[in-house]
Amino acid sequence: MTSISSASPAFTGRDPENRLYGPLPDVQGEAGYDADHPARVGFFTDTSVCIGCKACEVACKEWNTLPMDDAHGTRDVIGLSGMSYDNTGQLGANSWRHVAFIEQSRTVDLPMPTFGRPGDARQDSGRSVTDGPNDESLATAQQSSVLNAEGLSEFDPQTGQSGADKQIRWLMSSDVCKHCTHAGCLDVCPTGALFRTEFGTVVVQGDICNGCGYCVPSCPYGVIEQRKGDGRVFKCTMCYDRLTDGLQPACATACPTQSIQFGNLDELQARADARLATLQEQGVETARLYGRDEDDGVGGAGAFFLLLDEPEVYGLPPDPVVTTRDLPAMWKSAAAAAAMIVGVAVSAVLGSRKPR
Amino acid sequence: MTAPGAGWRRADGPSAQRREKRRRRRGDGRPGGEVAMVEEAEFTSYYGRPIIKPPVWKTPDVPLYLFLGGAAGSSSILGALADLTDRPALTRNARLVSGGAAVASVVFLIHDLGRPERFLHMLRVIKPTSPLSIGSYILAPFSAAAGATAAVEALGWFPRLKRFGGAVAALFGGPLATYTGVLFSNTAVPSWHAAHRELPFVFGASGMAAGGGLTMALTPVEEAGPSRKMAVAGAVIELATMRRVENDLGIVSEPYHEGKAGTLLRAARSCTAAGAALTVVAGRRRAGAVVAGALLAAGSLLTRFGVFEAGMASARDPKYTVVPQRERLAARENGQVAQNGHAPTITR
Repeated sequence: MTSISSASPAFTGRDPENRLYGPLPDVQGEAGYDADHPARVGFFTDTSVCIGCKACEVACKEWNTLPMDDAHGTRDVIGLSGMSYDNTGQLGANSWRHVAFIEQSRTVDLPMPTFGRPGDARQDSGRSVTDGPNDESLATAQQSSVLNAEGLSEFDPQTGQSGADKQIRWLMSSDVCKHCTHAGCLDVCPTGALFRTEFGTVVVQGDICNGCGYCVPSCPYGVIEQRKGDGRVFKCTMCYDRLTDGLQPACATACPTQSIQFGNLDELQARADARLATLQEQGVETARLYGRDEDDGVGGAGAFFLLLDEPEVYGLPPDPVVTTRDLPAMWKSAAAAAAMIVGVAVSAVLGSRKPR
Repeated sequence: MTAPGAGWRRADGPSAQRREKRRRRRGDGRPGGEVAMVEEAEFTSYYGRPIIKPPVWKTPDVPLYLFLGGAAGSSSILGALADLTDRPALTRNARLVSGGAAVASVVFLIHDLGRPERFLHMLRVIKPTSPLSIGSYILAPFSAAAGATAAVEALGWFPRLKRFGGAVAALFGGPLATYTGVLFSNTAVPSWHAAHRELPFVFGASGMAAGGGLTMALTPVEEAGPSRKMAVAGAVIELATMRRVENDLGIVSEPYHEGKAGTLLRAARSCTAAGAALTVVAGRRRAGAVVAGALLAAGSLLTRFGVFEAGMASARDPKYTVVPQRERLAARENGQVAQNGHAPTITR
């Protein structure tokens, strides 16, 4: 790690140490911690094994004593979102874990090959299942009784095929604060309430925050939020209190499928790479890692994900960029505009005839 | 060709239906001559919910703060220069406008906090990466100096102290009028961030129009020449820069035309243009100066409200977050293919 300069990169426009943007090998060191700080920790959320049980949400609410709210952040209201099995709706001041739920369908022919039933000796893989004598008997069986096993399987959204040419799947993903390498919320906080911990995570100090709300629109993921009736902002702390006592965060402890894995970030990254390779080997072509790449717009995330579809399907931005990347250009523009005002005022005064 | 996501589509959803409806309405409802500025974009979202959180800043507090800060900043500079060139009436009025607006803007800013009693926490640290931190260190000395100068001006005490206070205020006046552009654009709000080079100029110019307009309306016409010139220059620069913001930013220019923001900004343009024209035509007559000054101030005020609303609208619709980011990804992918090298880092 190179030495930390007190000069601000924001005014120069050059940022050789990646203090505003780009990969940062030692994020705690950059924040001013001594070299003997603990390793950077993080979450790897493997959504391919998430079962949507929401144990993480419950554990988080219980441990952090978060108030109840509905899918739109209204306090002390029980509400159904009306859109899916997801009634949490969003990450916010009162929900620091949010299990997204998406039901998807696709036609079986395209672009994947169709899967015949075991024992079907089919020459033409593109043929519809209802063709041929074998399939006719299936249709008859379905009509005669929906209570047989095959009939029931149609109503199981995880495995069933509704109709001959359609497949249904459920995507579930436990979203959380990304604890970015370059955190927009942390950069813009004017009071110093948001700070980088010795574990490389980003935490709000509730006794400092004055509720200016600047961090709220500065998060490219829409994580941090002002709590109504309180005025301060809140978000995931990666259970800072538990970490300092050598415990794992509540959500990772509660997760029954190891979809949420907590650990040192470099170990998690290696594990995620191996998991991605395994899935791709097994033919899960849509698997991809999100937030893993430290060349991305936030310098890589401390909490990253294995997704089975495009990020925006889960409500995540496809290419988030920390807003302070462009701050040098903004300050330059503001300085030029201020100079413009002075210039206009001077020429207006000098260009006007003196009274009398 | 493989569809992204291997053919998987949301089984059904309200957002998909709503998008469908919107497209249909646009396709059929438009009269022949009118062409949609940007094609209705295809995008995916999580049940149509916003990706980023819209700002929690309150209206009218924050737009009013921007307006008052702009008017105070530009008139403080005008006041100091008028003082140096011996224009007593203009000096006095500029100082009163500047001090009054500065104190009022501080009140609005503190009222907007979630914990107003903790407003002094703003001065706990100084952070160049936080426009609000830098802004606090601009606003605090400015409002103290401008407020004190206006107070002694009104009371008629300490003439030498007045000149010093006016000069200090003028020093911070320019940054006060323009840093608010950085404040807005240094967020993930698509329509603000994309305009990050223009917004400081829009707010600075709008501040000149407001400050010039207000002092012009209050000052006898023979002394108000500098006010008229600054007001007209500010109005022209504001109109020109806003035109770029409204047209040159691709899909994120859209919120500046539509809905409440579109209405406000159209009204702002009319007021500013009429005010500038009237200043040129009738600015040397008392009644003309008053009406023109009021129009310019109204235009500046409406511009702030319009820009505020446009940003809110762009934050609430996931389209403005997803589509530009998708375009950026696609552009990078194309560049990568062309270069045939390793992944290029993201550049502006």
